[in-house]
Amino acid sequence: MSRYTAITAADLDAMLDAIGVDSVREMFDRQIPPAVRLDRALELPDGQAEQDVYAHLSQLAARNTSAEDELSFLGAGMYDHYVPAIVDMLIERSEFLTPYTPYQPEISQGGLQVMFEYQTAISELTGLPASNASTYDGPSAVAAAAYMAKLHNGRTRIVASAGLHPHTMQTLRTYAHGFGMDVVEVALRDGVTDAAAWEEAIDAETSAAIFAQPNFYGAVEDAAALSAAAKGGGEGDGPVGGANPVVICQADPIALGILAAPGECGVDVAVGEGQPLGNRLDFGGPSFGFFAAREEYLRRLPGRIAGETVDVDGRRGFVLTLQTREQHIRREKATSNICTAQALNALAGVVYLSWLGRDGIVELGELLLARTHYAREKLAAIPGIEKLHSQPVVREFALRLDADVAAVRRRCAADGVNPGVDVQALSGREEDRGVLLVALTERRSRADIERLADVLGAAVVAERREAVAA
Amino acid sequence: MITTETPLQRDRARTIFEKGARGRRAFVAPALDVPAVDTTELLPARLRRGERARLPEVSEPEIVRHYVGISKRNFDLDSGFYPLGSCTMKHNPRLHERVAALPGHARLHPLQDAERSQGALELMWNLQQALAEVSGLPHVSLQPSAGSHGELAGVLLTRAYHEDRGETRKKVLTPDTAHGTNPATVTMAGLEVVKLATNADGGIDLDDLRAKAGEDVACLMLTNPNTLGLFDRNIAEIAQIVHGVGATLYYDGANLNAVMGLSRPGDMGFDIVHFNLHKSFTQPHGGGGPGSGPIAVSERVAPYLPLPVVAREDAADGGEPTFSLEHDRPKSIGRLRGFHGNYGCFVRSYAYIRSLGGDGLKDASEVAVLNANYLLARLRAHSLPNGRTVADYLPLAYGELCMHEFVLSGGPMKQELKIKTLDLAKRLLDYGFHPPTVYFPLLVDEALMVEPTETETRETLDAFADAIAAILAEAAQNPEIALSAPYSTPVRRLDEVAAAKRPVIRQALD
Amino acid sequence: MADSSYPDDLLYHAEHDWVRIDADDPSSATLGITWYAQDSLGEVVFFDLPAIGTSVSKDAPYAEVESVKAVSDVIAPLSGEIVEVNESLSDDPQAINEDPYGAGWLVKVRLSDPGERDALMDASAYVATLGG
Repeated sequence: MSRYTAITAADLDAMLDAIGVDSVREMFDRQIPPAVRLDRALELPDGQAEQDVYAHLSQLAARNTSAEDELSFLGAGMYDHYVPAIVDMLIERSEFLTPYTPYQPEISQGGLQVMFEYQTAISELTGLPASNASTYDGPSAVAAAAYMAKLHNGRTRIVASAGLHPHTMQTLRTYAHGFGMDVVEVALRDGVTDAAAWEEAIDAETSAAIFAQPNFYGAVEDAAALSAAAKGGGEGDGPVGGANPVVICQADPIALGILAAPGECGVDVAVGEGQPLGNRLDFGGPSFGFFAAREEYLRRLPGRIAGETVDVDGRRGFVLTLQTREQHIRREKATSNICTAQALNALAGVVYLSWLGRDGIVELGELLLARTHYAREKLAAIPGIEKLHSQPVVREFALRLDADVAAVRRRCAADGVNPGVDVQALSGREEDRGVLLVALTERRSRADIERLADVLGAAVVAERREAVAA
Repeated sequence: MITTETPLQRDRARTIFEKGARGRRAFVAPALDVPAVDTTELLPARLRRGERARLPEVSEPEIVRHYVGISKRNFDLDSGFYPLGSCTMKHNPRLHERVAALPGHARLHPLQDAERSQGALELMWNLQQALAEVSGLPHVSLQPSAGSHGELAGVLLTRAYHEDRGETRKKVLTPDTAHGTNPATVTMAGLEVVKLATNADGGIDLDDLRAKAGEDVACLMLTNPNTLGLFDRNIAEIAQIVHGVGATLYYDGANLNAVMGLSRPGDMGFDIVHFNLHKSFTQPHGGGGPGSGPIAVSERVAPYLPLPVVAREDAADGGEPTFSLEHDRPKSIGRLRGFHGNYGCFVRSYAYIRSLGGDGLKDASEVAVLNANYLLARLRAHSLPNGRTVADYLPLAYGELCMHEFVLSGGPMKQELKIKTLDLAKRLLDYGFHPPTVYFPLLVDEALMVEPTETETRETLDAFADAIAAILAEAAQNPEIALSAPYSTPVRRLDEVAAAKRPVIRQALD
Repeated sequence: MADSSYPDDLLYHAEHDWVRIDADDPSSATLGITWYAQDSLGEVVFFDLPAIGTSVSKDAPYAEVESVKAVSDVIAPLSGEIVEVNESLSDDPQAINEDPYGAGWLVKVRLSDPGERDALMDASAYVATLGG
C-alpha cells in the first residue's frame, strides 16, 4: 500500500476471495506468459516521502535560471507576460483540473462552456468565425492547417515565408513529408516576405500559402497584400477546379490586439502559439495552439469543437459537436488525430483574455508598441549594434551585432541580464550570424530597457575590443 | 419527474460575453513610461486593426464568480469515481501542482542556455531513464504532446526506418479493436490501414496476421493488454511474425497501467512504445489536456527519433555530469512541435515516479489489476430482486479474468430490459458516478469499458457495483426511468443532432 | 421514422444503396440509400452534395452521409455521370431518414453502362442479405 492506494490486508483477503484466486500473483500468472514476465525489480531510485520529493524538485528548480532570477528579454514564440493570480486559482480548481474530455455532456457543462467561450474569444481576436477548442501548440497548428488545406483542395505544395519561426518551418516539413506535401520557402526582403517572390511562387499547384504575423524577426507583414497576392496567383485548373490556395497566417495573439485581424485581411486560417495568453513558460510546454478559419472550413476543422444546443427541458447547454471529423468516429478519414488537446491551457487563455478585456488588450498592445520602439532605437544607437530591418515592430525586434553573439550573451548573463535569443543558434542559418532577437512584455519597464542598453552596450564594446586585440 | 430550469441554472449558462458592462475592466496597463510617439508613425493605419476584438468587459470579481460558477457544473475526479476505460483516471497528487509551480520550473524560458537550465535538463534525462526502464526500450524522446502525437512520431519513425533501408512499405496493421487515433494517425503519416481480426479469446487472430504480414507491411500497432482488457498471450509469436517480415512492432501505451514492473513492452518484442503521461503517470487530464506522449524505441529505430534529444556528458574529472539538447542527428525525422515538449507534464510525472519508486509503480499496476478483477467479480455475482445477476444482463465480452480494465456487453440488457448502454450511463449520472467508456471497442455490442484504477477503495467499488445493480433492478420494473435519465444533473439529455446540423460554435454578439 | 420498407420497383446494391431506373429512359437513373442504411446511421445531419458532372464508378464511393455518430460512404451501384443533385438536402438532410426512396433521393445519373444493372439485386434478394 502506498499513499495513493488503500488496499488493507483485510480488503485483500475479501477481494481475492471474491475473484476466486489465491493471490495477486496468481492473477498475473494466469494472464501473462512467463517468458514476458519481468522477474526482477525495476531499477529505479526508491520511492520517497512527499517532503523528500519536494526537496529534490526544489533542488532541480534551483539549478535553473528563470525569468525570476534574471532580467530576461527572451522571446521567439514564448513570452514572460504577467499571469494574473486568478488564472492560477481557476486552473487549480478540481472541477477544471481533474476531469477528462467531456464525453458525458450532462456533467461536463463547465468544461464545454469554457470551450465555447474560448472559441468565441479566438474568433473575435482573429476575425474568423470558426474556431476549434485548441490544438497542441503553434507549430503543430500550422501543420494541421496545411493538412486541412490538402484535404480541402487536394493539392500538395506548400509555399511558406522564411518569416516563419524555425520550429514552425521544421515541424511543417516533418508533417509534410508524412502526408505527402512539399514545402517551398520564400525569402525575406528588407525584413518582410519578398512580395514579388511570394507572388511568383504561388501558382495553381499551391495548396497552402503560409506567413507569420509579426514574423520571426519581429516585423509586421502586410497581411492583406500577401493574402491578395496568394489569391490572385491561384487561378487555373488545379485538381479541384481552380480554387485558390488556402491562406494561412500564424499570428502572435497579443499583437492581434492592435494589428489588423487576419479575417479582415483575406486570410482563410489563422493559427498561433497561445502561450502568451495566460500560460506559463514552463520550459516550452504545455501551452496551446489556436486555430480559426472561415465558415466554409467548418466541417474540416481539426480537433474538438463545442457547440450550443438545448436539452429535453429547453435549457441551454453545450456539447462536443461535429465529432464525425474526429478520430473516434471517422478513424482513417479523420481530419486530424487529436484526442487529448490542451483544454486546461485554453481555459487559462480565455480567463486571461477576459481579464485583459476589450480595452485592456489594446492598451497592452499600444504600451508594447511604444516601449519596443524606444528599446530598438536606444539599442541601435549603440556602436556595434544596428537594426536588422526597419519594418514596424510591435513587441520584438532583431538586431545585428558586430560581435560574437554567444560571447556577448555570456557577458550579459554575468550581469544578470538575458538580452535575447541568439538567432543563429536557434535557426542554424549562416545568414543569422550576429543576430539577436529582443522581446518585450509589459513586465519590462523603461528602467529595464535602460539597464539592457547599458549591459548589452558594455558587452558589445568589450567583445569588439577583444576581437580587435586578438 | 418534472424538472424545470432554475434562475441559477439559466444564469450559469450565460457566457462571460453576456456578462459585464461597457467600461468594466480587470487589467490595468502600466503607465506609459517612455516618450509618447505618434503611433501611426510606428504602425501605419493600414496595418492596424479596424474594430476592436469584442472581448469581455468585466471586473475581476465578475470573472471569478463566472468561472467558479460554471466549474460547479462539472463532475471531476477529485469529486467522484471516474471509471473511464482506456483513460486511467487515477488520483492526481497535489504535490505535483506545488512542484510544477516552483518558479525555477514554471518561469523557465525554453530558450534559456543549457548551462542555466541544468535542473530542467537533468529532470528530463532522469525521466527518460525511468521511462526506458519501465518500457524496456533504451532510447526515449519526450517531445510528443500527447498519446496520439506519440503515435504519429512512431509511425513516422517506422516509415523513416524503412525508407533508410531503401524500402517503401505502405501498410500498417491494426486490430479491429484499436483506439480511434491509430488509423487516423496512420493516414496522416501517409500510410494505409489494414485491419486484423480478433480471435475468440479477444486477441489477435494469428492466422489473419500470418496472411496479412508481408514485405509491404511497415508496422503492426498494438496495445497489450488490448482494449478488451486482455493480455494477448501470443505476443511473443506475434512479435516473431512481424519481425520475420522486417516490420516494426508499435506499442500503444494507453494500457501501461496494467503491467508496470510486471512485464515490459521491450521484453515483449516491441520496437516503439508511446506513453501517456496523463494516464499512468498522473498528469491531470485538465478536461481534455494537456497531456504528453513520450516515446521509447529500440536500438534500430533510435537514429530517427525527433529532435532535439537530451544528452548527458560525464565530467572528465569525476564531477557533476552536464546535460544538453542535441540537434545534430542527421537521420532524425525532425521536429513535431515547438521547443522540447510539455515540460510541465514532465515535472509532475517525474515527481510521481520519485514518489513511488520501482516498487510503488509495480504496486500501482498490481492494485489496478486487483481492483478491476474485484469489481468484475462483484458485478457478475451481484444478485437482483428478480433472482438474476448483473452478469445475466451485462456479461463479460471476452475472457475470464481481466487486466486493469474489462468490457461488458449491454446486448442482453437491451434485449430483455429494453434499455441500452447509453441509458445505463445516463442513469449512473444520477447516482453520482461518472459512467465507464461506452460503445468502445466497436467489436463488442453495446460495449461498456470499465477501468477503476488503483487509487479507489474497495468501498467505492462496492458502491459502484450496487449502483449498476440498482439501475438494472429499476429497469426491470420500469425502463422509462433510465430512458429519460439523467434528472439531477445541471442539464439533461442534450440535442446533439441539432448541434451537428446547424452548428453554433461561438457566442453571437449584438 | 417509417417502418422498414424496400420497394419492389427498385434495384439494390449490397452496400445498402438503391437505384430507380427511369421508366422512359434506361440510361437515366436516380440513386439513394436504403432504409437499412439510414436506420444504422441514425439521424442524418449533413449530406455533402457532389458536383454535377462528377463521374461515379460502380462499387466505388461517390459521396458521404453524416449523422451525429457516424459517417458513411455512399457507394455507387452503377457507373455514370451525375446530372442532378437533390439540392433540398442542404437544408433538410433528414429527408434521407424520413423518405429514403422519395424526397431523400441523392443524385440522378446518366449511366455509362446500363448493362451493369444485371449485377444488382431485387428487393427480396436484398432483404435476404440483411439477415434476421
